[in-house]
Amino acid sequence: MSQPYTSPEIAETGVRGQMARKSDVPFFLVMGGLSASFVVLIVLMLAADVMFTSFADFRDALLKPEIRAAFRLTLLSCSFAAIMSLWVGTPLGYLLSRYRFPGRWLVDTLVDIPVVLPPLVLGLSLLILFHLPIGGADGWRLETWFRDDVGFPVTYRWPAVILAQFSVACAFAVRTMRVTFDQINPRAEDVARTLGCTRGQAFIQIALPQAWRGMIAAGTISWARALGEFGPILIFAGATRMKTEVLSTSVFLELSIGNLDAAVAVSLLMVLMAVTVLLILRAIGMRLTA
Amino acid sequence: MIELRDVTIMAGKFALEHVSFRIDSGKYAILMGRTGQGKTTILEAICGLKSIVSGKILVHDLDVSLWSPGERGIGYVPQDLALFPTMTVQQHLEFALRLRHATPRSMAERVAELSDVLGISKLLQRRVQGLSGGEAQRVALGRALSFHPSVLLLDEPLSALDETTRLEMHAVLRRVKETTGVTMLHVTHSKEDAEALADQRFVLEAGKVLESR
Repeated sequence: MSQPYTSPEIAETGVRGQMARKSDVPFFLVMGGLSASFVVLIVLMLAADVMFTSFADFRDALLKPEIRAAFRLTLLSCSFAAIMSLWVGTPLGYLLSRYRFPGRWLVDTLVDIPVVLPPLVLGLSLLILFHLPIGGADGWRLETWFRDDVGFPVTYRWPAVILAQFSVACAFAVRTMRVTFDQINPRAEDVARTLGCTRGQAFIQIALPQAWRGMIAAGTISWARALGEFGPILIFAGATRMKTEVLSTSVFLELSIGNLDAAVAVSLLMVLMAVTVLLILRAIGMRLTA
Repeated sequence: MIELRDVTIMAGKFALEHVSFRIDSGKYAILMGRTGQGKTTILEAICGLKSIVSGKILVHDLDVSLWSPGERGIGYVPQDLALFPTMTVQQHLEFALRLRHATPRSMAERVAELSDVLGISKLLQRRVQGLSGGEAQRVALGRALSFHPSVLLLDEPLSALDETTRLEMHAVLRRVKETTGVTMLHVTHSKEDAEALADQRFVLEAGKVLESR
């Protein structure tokens, strides 16, 4: 298989020896094998879901009014949470990328906390934030203020669903937007300022148009995070059918009453939604590139 | 006219202290110095992107030290050009004029005039990604000149160009000086550029700017 190794003497005398021929096959086998193990795992999981459920189960589950309400709430709350995340994540990502301000490292660390925090803890923290009395046991509470003064109760209602989704999704949006702006040359904004732009104009006219790809990525990831959100919603918004039930809650509720068929059907529905959103956003990205 | 009076600039780890020099109106000045001496820092201070610690920067006898970059009305071509990736060549030339609410007609006239002087008339509808080094250089020059600045700052504009393009750009820069009468400060480490273009020459060495003959 291999040619004889050229001895140093031959190399020294200037005779051009042939390198032993080595195959690249082991490289591709090892790299490909390791990569494939993950890809195959995903495919097998999805295939198992599909094989477990029948089309009739799927249809029956989707026709249940509770699941339909959950589907509607999921679509709306995820989209709303993703838009809010982008709305907040873009400026915050830009500030973190472009400016060195006092306490920047602290902000940078704080932003990551929702990512590393156990979801249940996040939900509990939200619940406590809204119900902690300030100034004695009968003191001021955020929830009471929202309910009585603003007329907009939050806890155990749909706003709590969105807030729980937003608090995690936004952290991912900030990260994505920060990396996006890190990769955009700040000199172009500097030059725009010498041409007469304010910092705001330079951001809107020069940085933002270059950042759309990152914004699509940030929107996608926020939406997907919001879709998968479960723990914080359960604690902060509850799992009231027809009211605060999102699809991840449906899976849990159906499982808890032993209705595995419906749980798997809803899971498949979530897979379909995630893939659809991913494809739509990819397509938008492609169209913008063209 | 550009004048720096006893200017001190902090730039990260190093400082440029008590820098003073003066470039007369309509002159082509070349500032030479080795890499890492702070030539770019001086340009950034003049156009307002870097704030100074002390001293004064005057443009046509007006103290602009505390003005924002936009208010100074200085054309700036950075070393990496920093063209706007989402815009066409024409949009580059119009950008500063739009900010000044120029009429479509005056904008069209200015674009025609500039692209003629710079020899980029055929590129107007192109995006900037596919431009050659010399073409990109001209676009950056046109963008900086579009709003009739009285001062133009060039940061190593010719360093990345091949010999032929470099000679062409010498001609373009001379034409710019003659047709616009703009006061120019050109930073370079090339003696050739200095010999071909300079009315006034300065050397930056060990944090001091000295005029040389």
